[in-house]
Amino acid sequence: MGPTLPLFPEQASNFASEVDLLYLFFVVVTVIFSIGIFGAIFIFAVKFRRKSPTEIPISTHTGMLLEVVWSVIPFGITMIMFAWGASIFFKESRPPDNATPMYVVGKQWMWKIQHPEGQREINELHVPTGRPIKLTMTSEDVIHSFYIPAFRTKQDVVPGRYSTIWFIPTKPGKYHLFCAEYCGTKHSGMIGWVYVMDPEKYQEWLNGGAPMGSMAEKGGKLFDDLACANCHKPDGSGRCPSLVGLYRRHVQLADGRVITADEAYLRESILQPDAKVAAGFQPLMPTFQGLVNEEGVVELIEYIKSLSPAPGTGAASVNVPTPAGEYKQLPPGMEQPAIGNSVPQKR
Amino acid sequence: MHKAESHGGAAVHPLALREQFDTVEQQRDCSTLGMWIFLITEVMFFGGMFLAYSIYRTKYPEVFAVASTSLNVYIGATNTVVLLCSSFTMVMAVRASALGKQKAIVGWLLMTLLFGLTFLGVKAFEWNEKFELHHVPGFANFHLAGVEPQGAAQIFFALYFCMTGLHALHMVVGVGLLSWLVWQARRGKYTSEYMTPVDISGLYWHFVDIVWIFLFPLLYLIDRHLGK
Amino acid sequence: MITAAVQQRENYLTAGHGLKSWLLTKDHKRIALLYFFTITVFFFLGGVFASMIRLELITPQGDLMSSDTYNKMFTMHGIIMVFFFLVPSIPATLGNFFLPIMIGARDLAFPRINLLSWYLLVIGGGFALFAMFAGGVDTGWTFYTPYSTTYSNTWVLATAVGVFIAGFSSILTGLNFIVTVHRMRAPGMTWFRMPLFVWANYATALIQVLGTPVLAVTLVLVFAERALHIGIFDPALGGDPVLFQHLFWFYSHPAVYIMVLPGMGVISELISTFSRKPVYGYSFIAASSLAIAIIGFLVWGHHLFVSTQSVYAGMVFSFLSYFVAIPSAIKVFNWTATLYKGSISFETPMLYAFGFIGLFTIGGLTGLFLASLGLDVHVTDTYFVIAHFHYVMVGGTIMAYLGGIHYWWPKMTGRMYPDGWAKLSAGIIFLGFNLTFFPQFILGYMGMPRRYHAYPDEFQVLHVLSSAGASVLAIGYLLPAIYFAWSLKYGPVAGPNPWGATGLEWKTDSPPPTHNFDEIPVVNHEAYDYTSVEAELA
Repeated sequence: MGPTLPLFPEQASNFASEVDLLYLFFVVVTVIFSIGIFGAIFIFAVKFRRKSPTEIPISTHTGMLLEVVWSVIPFGITMIMFAWGASIFFKESRPPDNATPMYVVGKQWMWKIQHPEGQREINELHVPTGRPIKLTMTSEDVIHSFYIPAFRTKQDVVPGRYSTIWFIPTKPGKYHLFCAEYCGTKHSGMIGWVYVMDPEKYQEWLNGGAPMGSMAEKGGKLFDDLACANCHKPDGSGRCPSLVGLYRRHVQLADGRVITADEAYLRESILQPDAKVAAGFQPLMPTFQGLVNEEGVVELIEYIKSLSPAPGTGAASVNVPTPAGEYKQLPPGMEQPAIGNSVPQKR
Repeated sequence: MHKAESHGGAAVHPLALREQFDTVEQQRDCSTLGMWIFLITEVMFFGGMFLAYSIYRTKYPEVFAVASTSLNVYIGATNTVVLLCSSFTMVMAVRASALGKQKAIVGWLLMTLLFGLTFLGVKAFEWNEKFELHHVPGFANFHLAGVEPQGAAQIFFALYFCMTGLHALHMVVGVGLLSWLVWQARRGKYTSEYMTPVDISGLYWHFVDIVWIFLFPLLYLIDRHLGK
Repeated sequence: MITAAVQQRENYLTAGHGLKSWLLTKDHKRIALLYFFTITVFFFLGGVFASMIRLELITPQGDLMSSDTYNKMFTMHGIIMVFFFLVPSIPATLGNFFLPIMIGARDLAFPRINLLSWYLLVIGGGFALFAMFAGGVDTGWTFYTPYSTTYSNTWVLATAVGVFIAGFSSILTGLNFIVTVHRMRAPGMTWFRMPLFVWANYATALIQVLGTPVLAVTLVLVFAERALHIGIFDPALGGDPVLFQHLFWFYSHPAVYIMVLPGMGVISELISTFSRKPVYGYSFIAASSLAIAIIGFLVWGHHLFVSTQSVYAGMVFSFLSYFVAIPSAIKVFNWTATLYKGSISFETPMLYAFGFIGLFTIGGLTGLFLASLGLDVHVTDTYFVIAHFHYVMVGGTIMAYLGGIHYWWPKMTGRMYPDGWAKLSAGIIFLGFNLTFFPQFILGYMGMPRRYHAYPDEFQVLHVLSSAGASVLAIGYLLPAIYFAWSLKYGPVAGPNPWGATGLEWKTDSPPPTHNFDEIPVVNHEAYDYTSVEAELA
């Protein structure tokens, strides 16, 4: 690194400069308050040092106004801190609908990453600049935490559930990837690199990888191997709902709730089919816990998602590899109405 | 208050006024307040369990309904009655000591003790039944018929054993306290002027009773209407 | 000032002899000393683990010890320092010794329970030490599930039992303090005449009584889960690993205030005594202790911003966390204002008080960074957090603890320590501390994750600075051990009131007699009324 001592990591995502600006604001407030307090203490200590061993100073009465002032002003400042920090956080927690999905599975002690096009990486993540990327993450064992300092973003990776993180890489380069939640013996070895590339280079990298087929294709194969199509018939004639067009739709559940069929719901329905049964169907489906690993689950999910862009055409075997970033989304407000018994969605 | 020859105090009050106190009232106030604070601690202690129970019940309502229904409500109800009776006899013991009726104190305390032991006996029987039914979590043969996932049923029974187990542990401590009180009371230790141990043991006993009053409906009754 | 007659009088140290008179004592002052020795042992043990950590981190490669050993080092450092040093530190030693005296009581309300709580700490510590010497534990002091319950192959159970038992020690101390403050005050000692140290310990006791049982029950669940594998925190069986974090931090965030509030109480005493002025805004400082104790229970979720907790929960917890900042700020402002137009002298305890205010200010302000959602996402679980809580715990609590020990040492032992050496060591500690921990703020913002055995090369410069600081700090901590020991035999005899302070503890002998006062005092003036000691100063 040379003799220079940097105070900031590189800024390589859309969030980096925002977080740094907020950080600077906090640093300035800290410095101002610290100087104020240290200065006051220093001045008082010098000016009012004890002059004779017997002196007793006149006591000062507590000024109510002063107490109110130095409570209210800091409170006002902290509310700015709160609102500013919360607004960034809110943005960080809302991936845009057109984000390219990628999948991360953490395990002691490595990161396994899968691109929708089918590339798999271990402890490396290649991403293009200028495009929002959304990582859907889970763990096979203990809690990990996916941390890219140059992106100023971090998210725990928890077994048994999906967490997401998103960012727009802005600056090509090679950046640290860390596990930030203590996960056992080789916690400090659970590190890797994030390669941010220009889009063309990224495309080259994708093409050069000679993948075994896209995630959706692999998921489709798994779907066939597990004989899911016996019940989940694409035309809805099976004992279980058709999965065509399911992703991101609202599903009416047997217990009356309406939920959105997102990744977490799809995962749960594969591993714990009884948890949320679609209205109008019997809880017939066995659990696939132990039969499919986390990577298989995300492939199945990608496959189910690939059935969504073309609802109606319907054959479960289409397996159209969809170019990343072009998943059809339902814009807010144009979402399909909740579907209940009339158009069963699951099983 | 500030006359207080610290060592002289004990001589003036033969009723075990400890040397850090000025008056018998102060000593009694301290003991009672101390017991209340201890009970607040206990509320927080059981509170953590109740929180875990609430969370998992919300997460797995169907499984908890089935698992809850599998408990023997008659045994639970019997034990509830036993404990309520024991609280009554405990109140009578405190009253007897306030009135200074030496024999009555011993008698009521013994009855309370008997009810407490009955509760523990019934509890032991009930737990034994769980072993026979393979409803004990952590064992390979755990199985609760008719629910999926089994893991959630296991969590129900884990909480059942933790909660009733901790409660039973408190009962055991209570039984120990009562035995000690009986022994002391037979020696005529407690009078209408010095009855603090009986009084605060009573507070403890009622608390343990109240915990059960929450446990019984939460574990045995709450989902009964969902069953048959 | 001191007379031969006073010296010959029996005091709590000479009231009994032999090991038995100590191990079966019911005197709060002797129990305080038992605690003092116990936690000093734990402090130096925890310090050894810290030194091993800093040694390892001098180089980026994990070359001094294996990663398993390193993981055990930071785990045991954390467990020892938090549960067996910081939590009992000020309340169980200085609080135990002085709280009854300061309110004019002969002892705590329950002396036998007080002794019991010391034994519980020792027994709990015994379990923890057994776990450490039998092979160690590597879960981190936070025991996060499912690592602690399912994956770790170390002595988690014994450690959990140890912490569980030590927790009850803390609960019983808190219970004792609450009852004592409510029922044992001397005539005339109204609530708003109590020294702020008593207020601080009272607020602390509330947290101990309300928070610690939740830790206890959490450890019961961890114990059951690990011993029987019943699924409570295991996602494979339908359990929720993050539930553990909620339960754990419901105690462990308030526990931060268990550790720092008594320190704030000490600082109030020191600032007043060494500027000879009543604490400015007395009632605000008293109330802010209670406010911190109460609001402290509502902010635990700020440890879980990236844990998959809901976004809205995160916002609520962030919002509430800023509310804790205000009472802390009020204290700092009021201490500073107390100095205004005071008569300020610079004895060793006052240097520690200045050190505390400076370091706590930085520690507190950097806490704001962590309460901010957007910033916390970047800096949580990095060295920024390490630096922050060491500024509060070491820069705050330990500075206050040492300040308090230096302040009350003449009262506890009847002897003065060499002031020059004490000032020197205070300076060394201050410098060493900043050198150790300030670079860690930068490391953290640069992205260095915590609990890393090996790390990328570019962080080395800052790590070396930090390790260098740690060695300075170690010297600073060893010095007092030496000169305090020396003073026991050779220190000049201290009078009843060497500092010209106002508290009731200065109205009795040094060291005090067994029941503290020959006659229970009647209080007829406000706290910190220096006109009441005018005669003694002349």
